Amino acid sequence: MKFVDEFRAPELIAKAGEEIRKLADSDRHYRIMEVCGGHTHAIYRFGLKDLLPANVELIHGPGCPVCVLPMGRIDDGLSLAAQPEFIFAAFGDMMRVPGTHGSPLEYKARGMDVRIVYSPADALKLARNNPEKHVMFFAIGFETTAPSTALTLVRAKAEGLNNFSVFCNHVTIIPAIRAILDSPDMRLDGFVGPGHVSTVIGCRPYDWIAKAEGKPVVVSGFEPLDILQSIVMLLRQLRRGEAKVENQYTRVVPWEGNRAALRVMAEVFELRPYFEWRGLGFISQSALKIRESYGTWDAEQRFTVPGIRVTDPKAAQCGEVLKGVLKPTQCKLFGRECTPEQPVGALMVSSEGSCAAYYNYEHRKPITIANAATR
Amino acid sequence: MCLAIPGQIVAIDSQNTHLATVDVVGVRRKVDLGLLQDEPPVPGDWVLIHVGFAMSKISEADAADQMETLTMLGEAAAAIEEVRGYGLENEIPDYPPQRWKQ
Amino acid sequence: MATAVTKIKFREPQIEMSHGAGGKASRRLVEGLFAPLLFGSSPGPLGDAAHVQINGTKIAMTTDSFVVKPLRFPGGSIGELAINGTVNDLAVSGARAEAIVVTFVLEAGLPTEILEAEVRAMADAAEKAGVKIAGGDTKVVEHGKADGMYVTTTGIGRLLSGVEISPQSVRPGDKVLLSGPIGDHGITILLARGDLDLEADLRSDTRSVFPLVQALVRECGAGVRWMRDPTRGGVATSLNELARDCGLGIVLCEEKIPVRDSVRGACELLGLDPMHIANEGQFLAVISSQHAESALRALRATPGGEEAILIGEVHEQPDSAVLVTTPYGGSRLVDMLVGDPLPRIC
Repeated sequence: MKFVDEFRAPELIAKAGEEIRKLADSDRHYRIMEVCGGHTHAIYRFGLKDLLPANVELIHGPGCPVCVLPMGRIDDGLSLAAQPEFIFAAFGDMMRVPGTHGSPLEYKARGMDVRIVYSPADALKLARNNPEKHVMFFAIGFETTAPSTALTLVRAKAEGLNNFSVFCNHVTIIPAIRAILDSPDMRLDGFVGPGHVSTVIGCRPYDWIAKAEGKPVVVSGFEPLDILQSIVMLLRQLRRGEAKVENQYTRVVPWEGNRAALRVMAEVFELRPYFEWRGLGFISQSALKIRESYGTWDAEQRFTVPGIRVTDPKAAQCGEVLKGVLKPTQCKLFGRECTPEQPVGALMVSSEGSCAAYYNYEHRKPITIANAATR
Repeated sequence: MCLAIPGQIVAIDSQNTHLATVDVVGVRRKVDLGLLQDEPPVPGDWVLIHVGFAMSKISEADAADQMETLTMLGEAAAAIEEVRGYGLENEIPDYPPQRWKQ
Repeated sequence: MATAVTKIKFREPQIEMSHGAGGKASRRLVEGLFAPLLFGSSPGPLGDAAHVQINGTKIAMTTDSFVVKPLRFPGGSIGELAINGTVNDLAVSGARAEAIVVTFVLEAGLPTEILEAEVRAMADAAEKAGVKIAGGDTKVVEHGKADGMYVTTTGIGRLLSGVEISPQSVRPGDKVLLSGPIGDHGITILLARGDLDLEADLRSDTRSVFPLVQALVRECGAGVRWMRDPTRGGVATSLNELARDCGLGIVLCEEKIPVRDSVRGACELLGLDPMHIANEGQFLAVISSQHAESALRALRATPGGEEAILIGEVHEQPDSAVLVTTPYGGSRLVDMLVGDPLPRIC
């Protein structure tokens, strides 16, 4: 596969691994956060942690849009669509995420018309092909996905397709990173920046991390070589005492971002004054809502949203794991009450969630009370 | 938020020019080019696809550059080590290349 | 005489689609509800086919139901799956399929020509596989049920001589053999449904694997420790079941696992793992290390077996788990499928 296989070449990966070992100062313990859930997934899929020396630690960040969605929003979305003429459409990622009364797939088993779509355009197509039904698209994602939802709304309006609406849960990455850096328990040396979000927002939004917080940021691609090269670049900066924003993913990420995407987002969306993030609490100006000019296609403006607030079970430590303060295995429910088949929190169900990644990919021994404490 | 993969534009839809058929090692799908309207891609171009939309054009030149740099990894370090011995640290070319830093 | 109350361990309040997907949920249903109630106090590991003793002769018996949408797809149809699936279940238990009976559950309103096409397909597949269709039953249900048609096939067969397969005979050092590329069938079905708007030149791999199994057994006899056809749940699920049944570790070499380009492309696009995708014309075998090379040669020399390959081996650790090593010295655990494989965007 072009632009994929070359970046998985074993000899080059071995070289990059060696370079990392050379650069990592044995007196230091490096804590590098990879913000994006896609990076979490790639690191596990390719077994990259095995290539890093023990003193280079990768911490998983909150860049998993499914993981940070509070349960109340899932309940809201499902209750809105719980009418016979509704079709609830969402990405596969959402299908097993538990709401208070079940996941979308469980609602489907009980008779709700729930469809998996690969694209918001497919949801619009469902509306076009089912004029007697109302299709509600449950939108999730950071800035990578928001422009596609925005463009779909533009097309829906242009076509006058009124049997379509979006329940918008798009969130923005910078406030999440800010919340991590503001957290007193976090000590981080640098960031592997989200490559695909950056194709939209560019690299400038990370300037303050380097300038004000003094931490280097390397915007990274998702192939094994991309991630390893980004770690090389971070270590070089750290060795030289530098803190700059760099772009490793030049083949895809334009420094200034995608203007057309930003324009369509600005036309359709505005920032919510605040939004609740699972584990991070209420963050101001961190999420998108649909403007009044597109009100007809906004499920929240068109229908009455219950506005359910659901707190996570006390024992579940989703928040601390999301912030990187705890490792998944340190959560009391991990592997016991909370497993991929019976997840308590979204981090176990989402393919990008760090709990799911640990559970599925880490070498595991049966977890007993005794060895849980030493993890 | 991050599953996006490269695909090559095979054909632009004649009726809806914002749609194109994209090929990913033999799998084809219609992809919306609306987010690239400022510099519309043409058949043969490679684009990054996410949820059925093209997000960015892929630069073969940048990819090749990156490959070259990665291939030189280790060689550059060896050169630097050697030169360090001569006390010429400040004269060593900047790595990574300046254009990645803007 | 007091009868013990058999307790079921299946606690879920309702049946979900995931219980039929062939992964963990299915296993919970079978082990937690069916096994305690149906298979008595010591059911043993659950294989593809049952071996029943009748008057000193061991007969293999299996049943399978076929629920597929759409009924016809590139490379085959529900009829062929129904015959080949049962022939294959018998084959990987070490038996030659002798006779099959068929049950049809038909939806009222199903066009006759569709039914006829499927029955023809079944007759052809049976002839190709050398198995007799000995009888059957038909029921018709109301319009709106049965997705057109559901087919169940039950087959009996005679055990091949020299076969002694069981998970308990697997030893560290044994090799894992795969007959050919994975993921063709599952991805073909996914694309044929049309929901995802993807097109590819892909066909289901449905076929009888008996000739290949026969070649293998002829070559290795008791050197064949275990076999399975990785249908729903894919290679990952089958090997995880083996790992749990024998308590050993299966270590696979990622770059050896054959995946066609278009299957790979579809999986990359949708975020699916080929190891979890259903196959209908492939099988896995664990072979003793001294027989592994000759087993491979024998398969490759058999028509249909040219792409057979050794993909890994059995180790003591990690126990009861399947590990895949990446080409870069890294590794990852591969678990059984949890529910249905779902496309993802993240």
